[in-house]
Amino acid sequence: MVKLKAPGFSKSMLALGMLFLYLPMVVLIVYSFNTSRLVSVWAGFSTKWYGALFANEQILSAVWMSLRIAFYSASMAVCLGTLCAFVITRFKKMRGRTLLSSMITAPLVMPEVITGLSLLLLFVQMAQLIGWPVDRGMATIWIAHTTFCSAYVAVVVSARLREVDLSIEEAAMDLGCTPLKTFFVITLPVIAPALVSGWLLAFTLSLDDLVIASFVSGPGATTLPMVVFSSVRMGVSPEINALATLIIAAVSVIAFIAWFWMRRAEKRRLRPR
Amino acid sequence: MTKKLLATPLAERVRAVVFHRRVVFGVPFAWLLLFFLLPFALVLKISLTSAVMAIPPYEPVFRWVDNTLSVVVNFGNYLFLASDSLYIAAYWGSVKTAFLATLFCLLIGYPMAYAMARAPKHWQLVFLLMVMLPSWTSFLIRVYAWMGILGNQGLLNSFLMWLGLIDSPLKMLNTNFAVILGIVYAYLPFMILPIYTNLVKLDVRLLEAASDLGCRSLTTFWAITLPLSKAGILAGSMLVFIPAVGEFVIPELLGGPDTLMIGKVLWEEFFNNRDWPVASALAIVMLALLLIPIVLFHRFQAREMEKNG
Repeated sequence: MVKLKAPGFSKSMLALGMLFLYLPMVVLIVYSFNTSRLVSVWAGFSTKWYGALFANEQILSAVWMSLRIAFYSASMAVCLGTLCAFVITRFKKMRGRTLLSSMITAPLVMPEVITGLSLLLLFVQMAQLIGWPVDRGMATIWIAHTTFCSAYVAVVVSARLREVDLSIEEAAMDLGCTPLKTFFVITLPVIAPALVSGWLLAFTLSLDDLVIASFVSGPGATTLPMVVFSSVRMGVSPEINALATLIIAAVSVIAFIAWFWMRRAEKRRLRPR
Repeated sequence: MTKKLLATPLAERVRAVVFHRRVVFGVPFAWLLLFFLLPFALVLKISLTSAVMAIPPYEPVFRWVDNTLSVVVNFGNYLFLASDSLYIAAYWGSVKTAFLATLFCLLIGYPMAYAMARAPKHWQLVFLLMVMLPSWTSFLIRVYAWMGILGNQGLLNSFLMWLGLIDSPLKMLNTNFAVILGIVYAYLPFMILPIYTNLVKLDVRLLEAASDLGCRSLTTFWAITLPLSKAGILAGSMLVFIPAVGEFVIPELLGGPDTLMIGKVLWEEFFNNRDWPVASALAIVMLALLLIPIVLFHRFQAREMEKNG
């Protein structure tokens, strides 16, 4: 029997790596409570940057804009990504399937500047040919985000679909269920956790995107990453530290809830019946 | 209800299944064709035009005048890219930076993934969430965090001076070192996750057999674990390397004036010079450079997504 323990070297690498991943975020959080503008000087505890953040109309309206775009993009990406996952895992002999699977995996690695530029050129051409979109803004960002988020959803959902027991679906169909009804009654409840995590992933990806949104946006639509980017380009800003702290706190709470649920589900599965 | 459905003729039920399959396939296919593939054709087309002061700022390729179709193809942008050493240096700089960053990600990420895969089950979930959590927060903000750490009056310099190791601040921000560090930091989770997924599925019996036959643990690692995790290493490397070549945010925020990376050059051609044809040509050449890595990644990913169980 071999001991399947990690050797000391890899264990210390894990600890150091975690430190590397989290230390910069801890620094941001600590300095968001600093009275001084400078990073190197600790001038005392204060929450004034949070006050300044909530008084900043520009940031608040960008947050609202980004949240709306992320909500719509994630919802559409879940629909498209799930369909793609179905084709890839179930329709082994469909014509055009190879092309679809290349088009759905490529966005995972495609450099953002290329995706952004190509979509902008498409929207410009479309405006010339069919007169839509007249103004680039929320709708064009929504299309762009939906497209690249679908790829991530497809990966998450296809991983779950592979584990679904096909015999239950076959039984339902044998008993006269239509394919559509089988999907909603049998398949959907089984893959629902994957849809939720795919939706959350798409939501965070859309919320975070700067490059693609900058290309396809117009003067009317400024998302949160655009505001943050134009502000941090000038240098360190305590208001952005405060914003970062709030984002990290929100994500941590969601991750903690996810962990709690997964652990409970795991325990329930392991419990002897 | 069930009786009614069973009563429908078989042909009709088959037709319903075929129809559903067509819709399931057709909707995402049409969407991706329109919003993913067609745009690349347009980039290629516009890279073959010349720039003009107009809206949109390029000449049409096809023109229909007096019942004559004239096609104007301009290879000037590509010749321009080849003749200007700035662009060649930018491509080379991007590939070099991305390669080094990928290497460091692998050197840090592999041992981390290994330790995670060998940890007790309930800890694995915690580590997994801990690795993924940073990538759920804002990418931009995580890159920005390094600006405060690496700057001349930043945390690291103050700390080193306080220790007495250096007398004057080291220039770390706005250097190529900062760019590589930033890429490693931002992309590390994408290296760890595929390697971890791969290592955790490794058949333990192989390791037991090797140890029974007298293999030492380091030999077992080289002979069994490493070759079997090749797919994970490849996927992780591609997930880091390909986007890093086109990276814009990291060289813009952490790089200096001598940091030449193609994503930044493309951005400047597009937004500052408003030269859409040259920006398109830059994108096409970048895509050509990345074609082999993208195909490699696709083959891995397609296999991952299709295999059963």
